[in-house]
Amino acid sequence: MNRLELTRREVLARLGGGVLVLAFAPACVAQNRAGASQNTERIAAWLHIGPDGKVTVFTGKVEVGQDIRTSLTQAVAEELRLPVEAIELVMGDTDRVPFDQGTFGSRTTPTMAPVLRRAAASARETLVDLAAARWSLDRSGLVAEGGTVRGGGQSATYGDLAKDQPFDKPVRDVPLTEPKDWRVMGRPVPKVGGREIVTGQHTYTSDLRRSGMLIAKVLRPEVLGAELVSVDTKAAEAMEDVRVVRDGGFVAVAAPTLRQAERALQALEPQWRRTAQVRGQDLFEVLRGAPLASAAIGKRNGAQVQATYTAPYIAHVPLEPRAALAEWDGSKLTVHTGTQRPFGVRTEVANALGIPETQVRVLVPDTGSGYGGKHSGDAAVEAARIAKALGVPIRLVWTRREEFTFAYFRPAGVIELAASADVEGRLTSWEFTNYNSGGAGVQTPYDVPNPRTQSRQTRSPLRQGSYRALASTFNHFARESAMDELAEALGQDPVAFRLKNLRNERLRAVLETCANAMGWPGAGKNAGIACGTEKGGYVATAVEIEQAGGEFRVLRCVTAFECGAIINPLHLKSQVEGCVLMGLGGALFERVVFDQGQIQTDRLSKYRVPRFSDVPKMETILLDRRDLPSAGAGEAPIVAIAPAIANAVSRSTGRRLRSLPLTGGGQGLEG
Amino acid sequence: MDAKVTLRVNGEAHTVEVFPDTSLLEVLRDDLGLTGAKYGCGEGMCGACTVLVGGKATRSCVTLAADVQADVVTIEGMAQGNRLHPLQQAFLEEGAMQCGYCVTGMIMNAAALLAANPKPTTAQIKEHMEGNVCRCCTYDRIVAAIERAARAEAR
Repeated sequence: MNRLELTRREVLARLGGGVLVLAFAPACVAQNRAGASQNTERIAAWLHIGPDGKVTVFTGKVEVGQDIRTSLTQAVAEELRLPVEAIELVMGDTDRVPFDQGTFGSRTTPTMAPVLRRAAASARETLVDLAAARWSLDRSGLVAEGGTVRGGGQSATYGDLAKDQPFDKPVRDVPLTEPKDWRVMGRPVPKVGGREIVTGQHTYTSDLRRSGMLIAKVLRPEVLGAELVSVDTKAAEAMEDVRVVRDGGFVAVAAPTLRQAERALQALEPQWRRTAQVRGQDLFEVLRGAPLASAAIGKRNGAQVQATYTAPYIAHVPLEPRAALAEWDGSKLTVHTGTQRPFGVRTEVANALGIPETQVRVLVPDTGSGYGGKHSGDAAVEAARIAKALGVPIRLVWTRREEFTFAYFRPAGVIELAASADVEGRLTSWEFTNYNSGGAGVQTPYDVPNPRTQSRQTRSPLRQGSYRALASTFNHFARESAMDELAEALGQDPVAFRLKNLRNERLRAVLETCANAMGWPGAGKNAGIACGTEKGGYVATAVEIEQAGGEFRVLRCVTAFECGAIINPLHLKSQVEGCVLMGLGGALFERVVFDQGQIQTDRLSKYRVPRFSDVPKMETILLDRRDLPSAGAGEAPIVAIAPAIANAVSRSTGRRLRSLPLTGGGQGLEG
Repeated sequence: MDAKVTLRVNGEAHTVEVFPDTSLLEVLRDDLGLTGAKYGCGEGMCGACTVLVGGKATRSCVTLAADVQADVVTIEGMAQGNRLHPLQQAFLEEGAMQCGYCVTGMIMNAAALLAANPKPTTAQIKEHMEGNVCRCCTYDRIVAAIERAARAEAR
């Protein structure tokens, strides 16, 4: 059997009969990965219409709570002139969807949605062509609408036309539906799959079961950086139904029940050798590579600010921990896992097992959140190793303590900033250096001559990685705090000062909208405001706070947000408010406390996240710019809340806090 | 396995073998296949595992299966056939979910509240729900959903 036949048969088996898939040009085969139809120039890579008219869409993006399953369904429905119910998305299945880098960077809306819309619009036009050919009519008199092509007294369903003639057509350069003509996009379509969630029927990775499955636990070091010297597994191996896997430093146990697996794990007797690890109190000096400089404010001929800001590591705390279900059938490894990078995890698993990627299939069920925390395939790799070693299906779900200790964190960082403004309130200089936390959002949106901005990498004492908006939150915290410090030194209103130095029309719009909604400047001394832009979204947040027992509470929170044309206002509002409140946690109290390899905040009772009582009165204004392309919204709204609160604290108490979190014992600088 | 226990769950009796320290959550999920209750933290701090035991909202991850005497109701026991429980319906109508992982625990805890206090104030709702975490921070809509369900049940 040659490669072409195999590929065709596999694809046919997967998709059933029907169209948009059946003919394979050699070029298409050449681009195949792992047997899937991967020629992304062709409609078939992205969608399929079955004989019953059901549309199946294929995307490597994954659903982690940002509601892209809904917004992408809307996008396809719009262009195919179908109701959302007629469309099903296959997401994050590496054997069935085109290659995708991953679901991060707020890229789904600006990049994947247009791709799927174009494929859907091409399919719609192809259906019209088929109908025109079948009826020998001019296509200009035919309309595709609601699952039927009509015209010239004829009509046929999409499904009927789709089975008429096998074809695999290229994606065309068809114009996309103008926002003014949207009938499905731009509307508050309820969450696709919501009913399964409220009934408990949705199957997250951690809910999966297989016949003969064992539940596995991995031996972890007693502290980070400790090396396994030896391990006595005899007691665990003697336990009923328990199996032990040992592969170098990797040791795991598996048993039919979770409790047995936990007991077996406790029965292991490891010896560890500790390695030197950074003391928690030294974190910021280690990142900076020098003692931190204290702040200085000058008021000669305008205003000058020199200051150092710090941010700790914080944890994503996805409510569904890392989880995987791995199955090895002797030639193929199939792993379900909650990840934002199914193809990246496929590579990780293949490398770990020493098998080709074609022998690995990764599937991502809609997942219990990620926030940038699920880029890596830790659980998938672990489950895969155990499944291959034992030859039985393995389910592995990290405990919350494992999540807090062995996952990666949002990077801690130090920012040094020196800026000045003239007596008129125009920025005259800007120097900004971020140590360790990263370059996202590091460039100032304000007009200043020759800004000097840099992001320096350092060796992080703890494992660090992606997070919602990456370093943009901390970079905005420093920048927007400094903007208020300059305004204060100048004796100018912080909103007026910003506007004087800001030409970006979209950022101005959200700032002014937010200030107006807050009632600025009449908002009083306990109010603060900040703004920023990230990943094509523009945000301004204003807060009113109160001080209570050494802590600050946010009483009212006004946010104005704009990300181009709104695809779904219902879910956009959820994203914006969720982002702002997640940002409130990092602003006020979230912090990973550690010392010499020991994570002290290793459970939810020790690591505080926002709860019902932390939620202020929320007012969210969404600006719908239908003249602009849609950008993603899962990240940008997080960036303004922390500096808004810090600015409110400064205005109400006179204390300038430059270390996150603002309450709850920040390790950094104050005053 | 040391002991057999009989649990009445969603109106049906089930006899399962457990260790003395096996949690109710593990029995529900792995023995009975009722995976609507979720593991979130393992210490009763997030509420994702909430079920009703004798009508009381109970953290099943820190409840020993062997200790359960009263009837258990899980999210799978809330709908009447195809008809959703008013809380389930309200969560859908308010769009009170993002990733959805916390939702079943939220609904079960709210069910206990509405059983004891059919017309709670917003402050009472927030206080009662404080132990449930929605990391996506859909809190306002969850409150709105509980208020909506309370109104629906009052009709």
